[in-house]
Amino acid sequence: MSATVLQKTPLHALHLELGAKMVAFAGYDMPVSYPEGILAEHRHCRESAALFDVSHMGQLCLAGDGAAPALESLIPVDIIGLAVGRQRYGFFTSASGGILDDLMITRRERDWFVVVNAACKHADLEHLSTHVGRRCTVRPLPDRALLALQGPKAVNVLARLDPVLSNSVFMTGVNATLAGAECFVTRSGYTGEDGFEISVRASDAEALARALLDSTEVRPAGLGARDTLRLEAGLCLYGHDISDVTTPVEAGLTWAIPRVRRAGGARAGGYPGADVIEAQWARGADTRRVGLIGQERVPVREGALIVDARGDKLGQVTSGTLAPTLNRPIAMAYLAASHASPDQDVYAQVRGKNHPMRVSAMPFVPHRYVRA
Amino acid sequence: MTPHLIISSVHLWLHGRPYSITQGETMTTKYTPDHEWINVEGQEAATVGITQHAQDALGDVVFVELPEPGRTLKRGDVAGVIESVKAAADLYMPVSGEILEVNEALRADPSLANSDPMGHGWFFKVRVTDMSEFEQLIDAPAYEKLVKNA
Repeated sequence: MSATVLQKTPLHALHLELGAKMVAFAGYDMPVSYPEGILAEHRHCRESAALFDVSHMGQLCLAGDGAAPALESLIPVDIIGLAVGRQRYGFFTSASGGILDDLMITRRERDWFVVVNAACKHADLEHLSTHVGRRCTVRPLPDRALLALQGPKAVNVLARLDPVLSNSVFMTGVNATLAGAECFVTRSGYTGEDGFEISVRASDAEALARALLDSTEVRPAGLGARDTLRLEAGLCLYGHDISDVTTPVEAGLTWAIPRVRRAGGARAGGYPGADVIEAQWARGADTRRVGLIGQERVPVREGALIVDARGDKLGQVTSGTLAPTLNRPIAMAYLAASHASPDQDVYAQVRGKNHPMRVSAMPFVPHRYVRA
Repeated sequence: MTPHLIISSVHLWLHGRPYSITQGETMTTKYTPDHEWINVEGQEAATVGITQHAQDALGDVVFVELPEPGRTLKRGDVAGVIESVKAAADLYMPVSGEILEVNEALRADPSLANSDPMGHGWFFKVRVTDMSEFEQLIDAPAYEKLVKNA
């Protein structure tokens, strides 16, 4: 056991009151599941609405005239052209083309609101301060909680509290007043469902969470369900499916790099590792992130080797679970390009036996985002 | 952007929540520190499963790997695997013996290990080689104490 004292989110007491199983995650004491269990929480999110505490994640804002070009010098996304209220997915890249963290950026009236991974937030802040700290104001927001309300009925719940949210669409953000609390709410998430992420003052978080849980549609869900939901949705988990040794090309995330930042675009390159990424993009990566569906019932977990019919190594699993919606094992893996196209048959080694899996397009479960 | 929690042993997930052991015949049911129970039904044939506490610690069981009937295994050998959504745990032989039968209903519906761990969620039956190994296991009050102090 580590002697490190775990940090608590503003909802910690509520988690205990709800009977959550708590685990250490990224330095925080977090709920992995509630008494209903991961499968029930997962299904409730797909069918109704689930409330997640993601306050451990890093929230920060960048302000000043130099903020947009400063962010573009670190992230291959169109930030200068981002309209107020619009949100983008992106990543910090390293000089060698790896991914330092993935993140969400929303342009607000007076600043850019950024959400980063919990485990990376201190490094991200240092990265920003070091490289763009003189070009704009970089301000962490440790006094804010982050709640995710995810699922097809999330919109009903939030629109009752503030009708402005009924008009929002996927990947936009807006100010809203929810149960008396001033919030910044984006229509986005990490489950593949329609849903919202709510940034709220820490002191207002518990009252808001209780108000949301009072709705008949809403039940709490922990990090366990969040992981199975995001995996079914084909969304990467930083530190597992993407890292500083995987490039956006290998990870299949080049869709997040807009035309204006690609070779030949008006603001091509200009971010760390652009030369490496562009060259690999043009040439094609030797290994690629793929989805795998198990042809047998045995779950295939992170670290499992993937081999071909002759037993030669093709790659390794980076995330895997039994998909609650499909009731079959699913996984993400990095495979040799020769085997990285859909419907290829490969084998996962689990406890010394080879189990057949098939390369599959992702998401494993269709996204149900509400677009304009 | 979320967690990934695979553990290799049930131990890590124990939270020290007390459970009352519902099994009536404490004389014929014993427990292991690995949170398995073994019930001797007579003729040295015993039934093995996981405890209420183990199923709660694991969460939703989605897959079990059961031993091959006819195989003889020693006490402490890995007899099978229990996998929940987030965790994989080994199932150990509480005593040495020959595997007589496995629970095919559990293989088809692993959630039986959650809903009825002491009953329909049993894992396998074993012909006990040496009953003194059974006698050395802990009884219900001692197991309950172990769980409380975990």
